[in-house]
This record gives sequence, C-alpha cells and structure tokens, in this order.
Amino acid sequence: MRLRRFTEPVFESLIKISGYSTGFIVLLIVIFLFKEGISFFNLSPVDEGSSLWVHNSNPVKKLTAPQIKDIFDQKITNWKALGGNDQPISLCTLDELGEAFTEEQLGAKFERLPACIDSYIDSLPGTIGFFPDKQTANALKNAQPVQVDKVSFSKFISGTEWFPTSRPAASMGVMPLLLGTLLVSFFAILFALPLGLAAAVYLAEIADERVRRILKPVIELLAGIPSVVYGFFGLVVIVPLVQSTFNLPVGETALAGSIVLAIMALPTIITVSEDALRTTPRAMKEASLALGASQWQTIRKVVVPYAASGITAAAILGIGRAIGETMAALMVTGNSAIMPRSLLQPVRTIPATIAAELGEAPFGGLHFKALFALGCILFIITLIINFLVERVSAKRVR
Amino acid sequence: MGNKLETIDVNLYYGDFHALKGISMFISENSVTALIGPSGCGKSTYLRLFNRMNDLIPNTRIEGQVLLDGEDIYQIKPSKIDHLRRNVGMVFQKPNPFPKSIFENVAYGLRVNGITDKSFIGAQVEKTLRQAVLWEEVKDKLKKSAFELSGGQQQRLCIARALAIEPSVILMDEPASSLDPISTGKIEDLIFELKNLYTIIVVTHNMQQAGRVSDYTGFFYLGNLIEFDKTKKIFTNPSKPETENYITGRFG
Repeated sequence: MRLRRFTEPVFESLIKISGYSTGFIVLLIVIFLFKEGISFFNLSPVDEGSSLWVHNSNPVKKLTAPQIKDIFDQKITNWKALGGNDQPISLCTLDELGEAFTEEQLGAKFERLPACIDSYIDSLPGTIGFFPDKQTANALKNAQPVQVDKVSFSKFISGTEWFPTSRPAASMGVMPLLLGTLLVSFFAILFALPLGLAAAVYLAEIADERVRRILKPVIELLAGIPSVVYGFFGLVVIVPLVQSTFNLPVGETALAGSIVLAIMALPTIITVSEDALRTTPRAMKEASLALGASQWQTIRKVVVPYAASGITAAAILGIGRAIGETMAALMVTGNSAIMPRSLLQPVRTIPATIAAELGEAPFGGLHFKALFALGCILFIITLIINFLVERVSAKRVR
Repeated sequence: MGNKLETIDVNLYYGDFHALKGISMFISENSVTALIGPSGCGKSTYLRLFNRMNDLIPNTRIEGQVLLDGEDIYQIKPSKIDHLRRNVGMVFQKPNPFPKSIFENVAYGLRVNGITDKSFIGAQVEKTLRQAVLWEEVKDKLKKSAFELSGGQQQRLCIARALAIEPSVILMDEPASSLDPISTGKIEDLIFELKNLYTIIVVTHNMQQAGRVSDYTGFFYLGNLIEFDKTKKIFTNPSKPETENYITGRFG
C-alpha cells in the first residue's frame, strides 16, 4: 500500500514527461522545417559569391532568374527582347577570357584579370559577364553588376520552371511539382475510391463471415507492404503495361504513378470506410428491409448515406497517403519536372523531388533550402487534409 | 372476422437454441393482439416470423407453417420476400428513422417499391403523417432531417413510414418502450385508431399497455405459448397459473 503511494506519482510523471517530450519533438521538427524553408526566400538565385555584369551603356540593369537561364541557354540572343538596345548578346565567363587573352596579359596570378574583363566588355558592349566576385574584386570600370530579383514566395509558388542546379541562376518554380503531385494524387483517388468503396461494401454487407475473416487481414496486409516494393511492382508490371497499352515511348508516366498510388491507398480507404459502414445500426437496415427494400436498395439508400462522413474521411485519408508517398512515386512517375499536360507524360511529385535531389544539394545552400521550402508546402497540404478529416468525422457525432 | 395470420406448430432454432417450441396461434383480421412475457421468452422472435426478419440471422432454422391469408409465407420464392414485407409492415423497439429528411423517410417505402409519381408520393406522405398524428407537428419542416425530431415524434414517423406502403398487417416490437409516458399515450391512441384498418400485433413488456390496447393477448414463457385468449379473459381470469403469476408481477 505504501509502495503504491510511492510508485503511482512516479508513473504519472513518467507518462506526463513522455507526453510532453513527444509534443516538444514534433514542435521542434516543425520549427526546424519552417526555419530552413523560410530562410530560402530573399536569397539571390545567382551562385553565391558570383555576380553578373553588363556594360555601363547597357540600359538593362535588372534580370529575372528565368531570363538569365534563357540568355545562357542562348534562347534569348538580343538585348531587344529584354527591353534593351538592338544588339546581340554575347556571353562571357572565365573560359572566354582564357581564350581571348594570353596568360601573360592575365598575369601569373590573374592579378590583371579585372583590367582584361574591363577591356573585353568595353570592346563588346553587348556582353553579359558572369564572374566570381573574387576575380572582379568588384572594381570594374566599364561594367556594372546586374541586379537579380531575389527569390520571392509568389515567384516560388507561381514559377513554372524547376531548374535548381542551372547556372548562373537557378530557377525554382514549384508549379510543375505541385501540379504533378496533385494530378497523380487526384487520379489515384479517382481510381481507388470506387474500387475501395465497392470492396468495403462487399466486406461490410455482403461477404459472409468466413470470407471476411480471410479477406480483411489480407487487405490490412497490403497496408504493411513497404512502398519500395509497390514501386518495384509498378516498375515491372504497371509501367510496361501503360507503355504498351497507349503505345508510348516511355511507360513511366503520371498514369502509372496514379495506378500504383491507387493500389497503395486502397487498404486505407477500404478499412476506414468499412468501419464506417459497419456503424450503421442493424435496426436501420432492418427497417429498410421491412419496408420491402432489396438488399442492394438498402445498401445504396440507407447504409452508404449513413456512413457518408466516414467514407469521405476515408477518401481524404487516401488522398493524404497518395500525396505524401515518396518512393513509389519516385520509381514510376518518370521524374521530369515539367508542367504536366496529360496523364501520359512523365511528371515529378514534391516528395519524389525532395528524395531525389536532397543528396546532391550542397548542405545549407540555395537548392538545399528550396527543398526544405518544398517540404513546408507538403506539410501544409497534409495539415489541410488532416484538418478536413477532423471536420468531416466530427460531423458523425450527432 | 377471419383469420388473417396463423401459425401451425412452429419451431424455431438459432443454431442449437430452441427459441420457439411448437407455437400454434391464429390472429383475426383488424384486431390488436398483444404478445407478453419476460425477456428472452421468444415473443419478439415470434413477431419477426411474419415478415421473415428472422431470415437475416444466420443459422436460423424454422419448422411448421406460417400462414398469411391462408398462404404459407415460408414456401414463397425468395424473390417474393420483398412483396411479403410490403404487405407486413414493422415498427421497431427504438425509433430508427433513416438519415434522410422527414418527407423522404415516409416516401422511402414507396420509392424502393418503384413508385415515381410525385403527386401520389406527396399525397401519401401527408395522408400517413396525418394517420400517425404527426402532420400538424412536422408540416412546416418536411425537408428537415428526421433526427431533429423528439424520440416520440421519431417513433410516430416510423409508424407513418410503415403505413405509407399500405400493408395489411403491422408488427410492433415494443413500440413505446423507449418513450416517455406522454409519447407512449399517443402511440397507444394511435394503435387504437389503426386497428380499424390494419391487423396489428404488438410485443410489449408493459402489462397495462397490453390491457389497454389489445383485443387478444398471448403469454410466452421460455419459448412456449402458455396461454392465448381474449385480453379481458387473460387479465381477469387466466386459466394457467404461470400467466396469473406473471400478470400479478410475481416473476418476470
């Protein structure tokens, strides 16, 4: 008795501590995620420690990251397209200087480099130069630095190009990834919901006890299969199937992703909606049957409407599963970060982007932080989904 | 008055459990028959014979004959069971409206039986809600959810729902057991009104209720029908000692 008086407060405080620390860890993760994600904004998309230079006479003083990319990809070849004078653009990096000047002119330790750049730019007023700040020492007389728009939240969200490693300026627009994610998830749920609902109705209402006892654990087992196995299955079965059915050059498409994610979302949808269907009171089903309704009419008009909020919750949870899925999406969607135009095109989802690129992104750099910003977006999406589930299932308590 | 319903030596088993033991009984047209007895005596099971609700429980076995208008309802084709249930309405122990509007609850039976004529459905809903003495209370909120009604109103709605498809028999399984005294009184008045048009069987725990509303009473005990007679006779001068003991409250 005395021992109990001593142990009970200990257990109580242990439970309290574990509760608090779990909450604290979750909070810490969120704070860390958003700290890294938010620090991405207001960085310059140009490589750190480098600048772009144009001739003093050039009226173009400001460029955006996609414009810079187009200039260096030689898609834009005249300043006129950027609101400047009608003169061709010539590109100048350290490589060009190495060809234009002898080693002697540059100096043994490149000490005469700024002067060389100056004279090069002066001889070709249409030049845009990209040099490390160390080499220019910020002391060019005939050239001035180009201002590049900082990464802004609205540009990040609305940008339609994702070239995080392009030089000299990375363009990071999240739109293709976001749309890719939503497209794949939307069709996944479009495939999974009718199938899952049918299976749930079968399990809850039609299947006899013996079938149910076998089928239910099998379906729950589906939920436990690692996603990489689903991805492998998708790669070996679904991708070739899609490729041959639609006669495509590659099978890794949004459609293949949707199908694999639909299969992965099925167990969630089936178990959650089956539980909801089972809450329909027996008396309500009997009342329907007693009025001369057939079993099918009873299911369609009484059981499914009664469980509607639970089924909605199941659908939203399924969407959540599909949106957050990384490995399988990475393996079967083809991973090309372009604006999705059809289901039969490769796309790239946000989680797949993070997984694929984080390893190559220099720690703490622009790209690295951009991936964290992507993580924040994903986090907000799932937060909205969870909120919706709460709202919908709260409606059930009447 | 002829025999509307009749059971001849009916035995019912739930698996190994012998729930009804050789019940023979007849129920005359446009009368109210009360089934009384302690919990688990088989009276609800007996009631559910008449619309084959026991079929829904797995491992149920039935022997004997159950006649409705002289036809054995356990010999009909499975596809005709819907038809039987249209003819034999049922009101359950707890109010169990559907998660639909008040109007749609009453219209449900018509709709599932393939009636699409809107004006007919509208008229039938009003008629049966009036019959169930609920019309005045709900006529302005027919589109509202049935769950917004009180328990007593919900039960009257369930009665209206059963009446809408114009059955000839109404089975009531303790229709007032979960209601307050005022609602119970309303239901009893309703049963009294309805017996001119329908044959009613009501299962009840409430002795006074059986005495008030019924013409005939059957006393069940441990799956046997101990006594079946005019209600007056059962309550004033029962012929079996078990019946007397139960009615006077010595057990049950």
